[in-house]
Amino acid sequence: MNERELRSLVADVKAGRLSRRKFVQSMVALGLTAPMAAMMLSEAGVAKAETAVPYKAPKAGGGGPVKLLLWQAPTLLNPHFAIGTKDQEACRLFYEPLAGYDQDGNLVPILAAEIPSKDNDGLKEDGLSVVWKLKKGVKWHDGKPFTADDVVFNWEYAKNPGTAAVSIATYQDIKLIEKIDDYTVHLSFAQPTPFWAQAFCGPYGMVIPKHLFADYAGGKSRDAPSNLKPVGTGPYLFVDFKPGDTVLGKRNPDYHVEGRPYFDTIEIKGGGDAVSAARAVLQTGEYDYGWNMQVEDEILQKLENGGQGKVSVVPTGNIEFIALNSADPNVEVDGERASIKTKHPLFSDSAVREAINLLIDRGAIQKYIYGRIGVATAAFLNNPERFRTKKTGFEFNIEKANQILEAAGWKKGSDGIRAKDGKQLKFVYQTSINSPRQKNQAIVKQACQKAGIEVELKSVVASVFFSSDTANPDTYSHFYCDAEMYQTTMTQPDPGFFMNQFVSWEVATKANKWQGRNISRWQNKEYDELFTKAQQELDTVKRAAMFIQLNDIVCGDHYILPESNRPRATALKKGMVTHQSGWDNDLWQIANWYRES
Amino acid sequence: MGNYLLRRLTFALPSLLGISLILFALLALAPGDPFGELATNPNIPPEVREALRIKFGIDDPILIRYFHWLVAMLHGDWGFSFASRVDVDRLILQRVPTTLYVVGTAQLLALAVALPVGTFAAMRPYSIFDQVANTFAFIGFSLPTFFTGLLLILIFSVNLGWLPFVYRVDIAANGWQWYWEFFKQAIMPITVLGLFQAASYTRYVRSAVLDVIRLDYVTTARSKGLAERKVIVKHVVRNALIPVVTLVALQMPSVFGGAIVTEQIFRIPGIGSLLISAILANDTPVIMAVTFVFACLVVLFNLLADIIYGWLDPRISYR
Repeated sequence: MNERELRSLVADVKAGRLSRRKFVQSMVALGLTAPMAAMMLSEAGVAKAETAVPYKAPKAGGGGPVKLLLWQAPTLLNPHFAIGTKDQEACRLFYEPLAGYDQDGNLVPILAAEIPSKDNDGLKEDGLSVVWKLKKGVKWHDGKPFTADDVVFNWEYAKNPGTAAVSIATYQDIKLIEKIDDYTVHLSFAQPTPFWAQAFCGPYGMVIPKHLFADYAGGKSRDAPSNLKPVGTGPYLFVDFKPGDTVLGKRNPDYHVEGRPYFDTIEIKGGGDAVSAARAVLQTGEYDYGWNMQVEDEILQKLENGGQGKVSVVPTGNIEFIALNSADPNVEVDGERASIKTKHPLFSDSAVREAINLLIDRGAIQKYIYGRIGVATAAFLNNPERFRTKKTGFEFNIEKANQILEAAGWKKGSDGIRAKDGKQLKFVYQTSINSPRQKNQAIVKQACQKAGIEVELKSVVASVFFSSDTANPDTYSHFYCDAEMYQTTMTQPDPGFFMNQFVSWEVATKANKWQGRNISRWQNKEYDELFTKAQQELDTVKRAAMFIQLNDIVCGDHYILPESNRPRATALKKGMVTHQSGWDNDLWQIANWYRES
Repeated sequence: MGNYLLRRLTFALPSLLGISLILFALLALAPGDPFGELATNPNIPPEVREALRIKFGIDDPILIRYFHWLVAMLHGDWGFSFASRVDVDRLILQRVPTTLYVVGTAQLLALAVALPVGTFAAMRPYSIFDQVANTFAFIGFSLPTFFTGLLLILIFSVNLGWLPFVYRVDIAANGWQWYWEFFKQAIMPITVLGLFQAASYTRYVRSAVLDVIRLDYVTTARSKGLAERKVIVKHVVRNALIPVVTLVALQMPSVFGGAIVTEQIFRIPGIGSLLISAILANDTPVIMAVTFVFACLVVLFNLLADIIYGWLDPRISYR
């Protein structure tokens, strides 16, 4: 898919020959994010579909209590400190961003009066500035008005390294935020920023009140009493918070959207495990909502059969994949294994990589392990069918793998293991301890065995595997192993950040304490150059075409072997109407939730 | 007596210091760090993680960190949680009442079952009652709480739908309704913990009573013509319970320490679940505070047990 084809697709949408949603879906399949696809359409002047957030609650309030169960408990209630999504979800009851992302990646105004665009002079051609118009008449829970000062303050607060906010990356690249009047702010970027909808949008965009946090910016940030007693603009007022256990809220009668919310009180209970959380919603009906159902689909289906509730699945950009090491993990150079100065003895042969790609039974992995919550994909370039290319096709073929290896000179020895030049086709394959992942490993191992490749499996405790401990050789970023599997999340709406995990300057090495994001140490000049170009490209369609090409380069080289796309599953009790989005928090539209009678 | 107490207390101090040093070193050497979760989140640049590490002093040498911690602890500052950015003592105090209620009631239940059953079984050893009680006691302490817990959930919550299996501290009800709801949700965890404890107590009470019941003074009491009831209550049980009291005193720290597994299964926000979530999040100050408080309680109740023992049994003297 090149730029020309993309443009014709955009034109198709504009002319009504292709549905908006179809377009977004195909862009996601190409490795872009839905928010980016939506941006392409809006740049092309395709009228934005009014985002449908159906709300048919019988009356304002009076909905009684609603009970949410998160198997990981929220531990803090300041969105700028929210380490995991569990904390962000809890913050969503009280705090709101200027805009959120819907399922198709469209921006939906929340605290903003309208979404900036070229038509309303919110965006400039040079990509250096954005003007946000704020909704008028919004009040903080303590009665003070919400104004441009609050927005400016959030930028100052988050970008201050002393605050140690986890949202710093979102805000530090903004050069200046100015208040034009009480309800207008002007953002200027240091360099042309094609994707401007990151600050103040979605999970990292929640706005905290200036009048309560102004004294606690920088080093004193953790002393702010409001860290535990949020005062926001959201649909629920804060009642009580017990870190690691419960969050309680009650209906905000002065909420800025007429007639919302429906429920009188809200409770978030945390802790326990995912399976019993699914049970509490789908089987016993003790709770109305169960967060992030990382449970094998077979169990979910069994629970759903009781008829008490159902599972809702929304697509995301999260990909579970296998990375092959391009460096040699068994040779030590300057006190570092898997150094980029070495080449992997087996995987440097492209035939081996190609064969392994054919030996991953993605269909079986979806069918027997993940079901609805893991859709097989051989690449980002997989669906829909017309985009499927020979190069990155999703195929499981032991025979073909055997032929490729045979042709490349890897001959079977007496022990059934292929060898060439005295090197046997044996490698170690690691992942974190998690029952579906271990099953996954076994499926790959079995297929490899049939092709004369011996795979040794290794599993590491998740808390070690994903830690940033520089002294521990078992972390995923050290990658002192031949192959490994993990999930990469695409929570950020701009694919630029996702794609930078394959550029050569991000290689994880001893020098950067293995904090580089390029774990497989794959290096490619063409990719680097194209990536740099894409970073500065302002034309969204051209940029999208570049990203697709980047994807092609990575996936085509078979060092990175995508396995399955992981949608997000949520358990809902019968009658609950919610609005999930794979590009934002689950609770992004909590104000519009209701219960059907 | 005063002398003895003083000596015991002076011994307790170095042992507590030793315990704290070992705990601290173990935690420092353990893999993982409190900001591990940040590492997998591509939105957060590594510099933020570095800044946090420096801010919270995680990169300092172990000994320096230990002294910082010790000095702060002596001042009554327990540190603050990396995960919640809240003071640790606040976190712990929030959880103590729940743990006291659930684990404490379970202990009472255990005693209420074990005392009569154990005594009765010992009065007629190898009778049918004794055999049955023994069998149940063995089953009781062979079955782990995570198994009985899940079993009860399956029966009473899933199949019968009588009891809730998610424990809630904030119950939206008033008056008697509130008490009932509060009691209802605690029935299963208390039963699980109580019966598990009762099983081993029963065995213990039975053997303690058996030891005493054959002694000469019991025979004397009987031959004086005292009623059997009086013999058992006044003469046998009173003496047999001395070792049992020690055992119960030694169990007391766990009343404060919570029950990790059971709390996790029923989502009880007690000290045990605080400890386990802190361990999973590598929240060192919380782990340190909870385990250290637990160590202090163990030392304290050991001392208490020794003192009570001497008070109950004057034959023992303190030297």
